[in-house]
This record gives sequence, structure tokens and C-alpha cells, in this order.
Amino acid sequence: MADNIHLEIVDRRDFVLGASAVAALATLTTLGSTEALAKADWNAELKALIGDVKPATGKVSLELPEIAENGNTVPFSVTADSPMTASDHVKELHVFATGNPIAHVVSLYFTPESGKATATSRMRLGKTQDVVAVAVMSDGKAYMGKRQVKVTIGGCGG
Amino acid sequence: MAKPRVKVPKTAKAGEIIQIKTLISHKMENGLRKDKKTGKPIPRKIISDFVAKFNGKDVFKAKLHGGISANPYLAFDAKVPASGEFEFTWTEDTGKTWTAKKSITVG
Repeated sequence: MADNIHLEIVDRRDFVLGASAVAALATLTTLGSTEALAKADWNAELKALIGDVKPATGKVSLELPEIAENGNTVPFSVTADSPMTASDHVKELHVFATGNPIAHVVSLYFTPESGKATATSRMRLGKTQDVVAVAVMSDGKAYMGKRQVKVTIGGCGG
Repeated sequence: MAKPRVKVPKTAKAGEIIQIKTLISHKMENGLRKDKKTGKPIPRKIISDFVAKFNGKDVFKAKLHGGISANPYLAFDAKVPASGEFEFTWTEDTGKTWTAKKSITVG
């Protein structure tokens, strides 16, 4: 009798192990595809916002913690360098969390009356990823800044 | 539910760039979370728009998405040319709005 139970347990454990291995494999493959999807998504979202302009690197700085323990509220600051005059100012600043299910986090719209193109807020981050900010200037040029954030506990629900 | 809070300095010099801090209590339900009991997704309900005006003129605007944390905090700068009043408006994606006003004296 005891032997029987033992056997049964082993059997079940084998089964569970096998099943979890299959499940792990399945999540691995789906993870791969959603990652590709997310990447394609944020580029598409950016294109929908700024058109065919290719953003150059520079002028935009992102301030974020290197390691975010709680992905539910990650403080961040974005700043774009500009004299903020009527003829030369930052018009838009778009922030993307490239690894989130919905990458577009916030779009900020400035005027010369803003004085400085800067904003601080808090974002949700689902996992370790790059955060990207793209600034569009009054002359139509675009600039980009990037920061990687390591996330301990994701904050996107699910 | 939602209650806006705003911090604006009371006085400034003409042309000075000041920092404005805003906070509104709101769940920012991003539509991705599921109800733990029923397993059904909780519908999206977020503050989607924020506008800051000074004496009726747009100074700063923001379009928020589900990636912004609950109780959205927004801090930004504004140039103050003269005495006047700031008006802040938050709009939920349901169309509901909240406003707050703050005066500043230039002297």
C-alpha cells in the first residue's frame, strides 16, 4: 500500500514536471513573439505621432532609477535642451516604455511659455526594459534619449 | 474620488521660470488588470488629458496613457510674465473633468 502511494506520488510529480516544462516552453515561445510585437509596436506608435522623421540621438535626457524595485510607480524626469523661444522651442516630448504591453506612456506638449521643456511623473514598468523619450522641435527636427531600467517586480497587472 | 492638488509659488519675479507640481488621486485603471474573482479584465478608466493655462493661454499639456502610475503626479515648469491665474484641468477618458486654480503675484 505504502509502495503504491509512493509510486503514485512519483508519477504525479513526473507528470507535473513534464507539464510545467511544456508550459515553460510555451511561455518562452509566446514571450519571444510578444517581445517582437512590443518592439514593432512602439516604433509604429512613434511613427503615428511624429511621421517619418528619424530622431537623432542627443538633447533629450531621461532621469530614472537604475533599479526599480516596484514597477507600479517608477519616478521619472524628462528634459529636452532648448532655448524655448517663440522661434526655437520643444513642441512635443513622447515617452515610451518599450517593453510594456502598451508602450506609449505619455506625450507632453510645451509652449515657449513653459520656460523649460521638462516634466516629472511616475510610470508603470512591466519588466526590465529601455525607456525612450523623443522630442519634436518647433523646426520639425526630432531628438531621442534612452535609459535602461531594471525592474524587480513588474507593475502592469495581468 | 479624484481630488486635485496643486503647488504653485505665491510670488515670482517677472519672467521667472517656476516649477508647478500637480497631483490627482485616481486609480488609472489601465484595462490590462483582471478581476481576481471573475477573471474578467477590468475596463480601462484613466485620466487621459491634462492642461495647464495661464491667464487663459495654454502653457503645458499632457496626454496620459495606461503606463502612468495610479494617482498621476505631474511636475513641470512655467514662465511667469505677469501676475495672473493658473488654471489646471484633468479629463478622464469618460469625459469627466476636474479643475483647480491658483493665483500668482509678480512683484
